[in-house]
Amino acid sequence: MTSNQTPSQTVGPYFAYGLTAEQYRYPNGQIADGAIANDKVADRIRIVGRVLDGEGRPIPDAMVEIWQADRLGRYNQSGAGGFGRQGTGTDPESRFVFDTVKPGSVGGGQAPHLTVILFMRGLLSHLFTRIYFADEAEANLADPVLAAVPAERRQTLVARREDTANGPVYTFDIRMQGDGETVFFDF
Amino acid sequence: MTLQSTSRRDWGSHPPLLHPPYRSTSLRAPTRPLIPIARSLSESTGPVYGHESVRPLDNDLTRNGRVNGEPLGERIVVTGRVVDEDGRPIRNSLVEVWQANAAGRYVHKVDQHDAPLDPNFFGGGRCVTDDEGIYRFYTIKPGAYPWGNHPNAWRPNHIHFSLLGPTISSRLVTQMYFPGDPLLALDPIYLGVPESARGRLVSKFSIDVTEPGFALGYVFDIVLRGRGETPFER
Ligand SMILES: [Fe+3]
Repeated sequence: MTSNQTPSQTVGPYFAYGLTAEQYRYPNGQIADGAIANDKVADRIRIVGRVLDGEGRPIPDAMVEIWQADRLGRYNQSGAGGFGRQGTGTDPESRFVFDTVKPGSVGGGQAPHLTVILFMRGLLSHLFTRIYFADEAEANLADPVLAAVPAERRQTLVARREDTANGPVYTFDIRMQGDGETVFFDF
Repeated sequence: MTLQSTSRRDWGSHPPLLHPPYRSTSLRAPTRPLIPIARSLSESTGPVYGHESVRPLDNDLTRNGRVNGEPLGERIVVTGRVVDEDGRPIRNSLVEVWQANAAGRYVHKVDQHDAPLDPNFFGGGRCVTDDEGIYRFYTIKPGAYPWGNHPNAWRPNHIHFSLLGPTISSRLVTQMYFPGDPLLALDPIYLGVPESARGRLVSKFSIDVTEPGFALGYVFDIVLRGRGETPFER
């Protein structure tokens, strides 16, 4: 028996108390937040970014989810490790912030990357993209997914690195439209 | 290593990214086509949240927000089966919901609708599917609410659903509607779904699910992307 997929609908403007309640200080729990790795992890990295609309304005009601492998390139097959979720509505600059570790290569010639799932008001079906790392230039050159992207658009998938007293910070802005429009994937 | 692969997103079932009658899509829908890629481990794995992430009252919205009494409105039971495209149950998988109260007002801080909050209704919950893929919530039937999309715009009664499914490819956020709602024919969010697929978002009233003397029953079955072909492995 085959059935047809249930259609997607927008997450709408009011997801915060349902999906990210603790982050927005509602009295309810949430399954995942921006801390994929806790502050005891020595090689922790931070990933920050904004979601920008077609006029370049930061979107304050988007929700970003991250799925990633661990530092050895292994996906957690039995628990919830490696999954993060953040709304962009609690940061004064509408940023999302994830504290995590840099994933190892998951095999298949792929460079280290994180999968991003993006939801927001105005998005009837969610979008998938990937975050690659600027300091993995050599691995990025060999990556089969980046190879499927026109060369002039690959940079939209690469987070740039900045070293701070608290460790490396990678910046990854998501542009919905226009110059530097982020590449989104279908799979 | 056994992997769960998935079939592709069926764009004949899902709304397009740009849908001008829903005005917010105009500055937020990508203008370039999505780039198709082969599924790797990254797309064939996903987080697993089971019963340990759910507290006892999480699936009962008629009780999880009580402060000094019962929430107002019509009590309902919402249940259904979560399956993949081949009809296989999706077991032990997280379902999250959120909704307006009976007056059409969200707890959300930016909801400015001039309708009363209910001190005894929060409107958020979650549960995990059982061995047959069945989920079940007790809640209050949500009210319609106005929004600024166009003059005199009202959202039909709906409950927001978020499902993780077995892999990130099966991730789904959607909305469940109620049968016979006259606002459906006027709602650009609902109408963004291809016509042949819209009915899948409308729950069915069920006298069998209805609990005597307590709550009306609605059934909303959900189909997530299935396994499809085997992805490449390392
Ligand atoms: Fe809503």
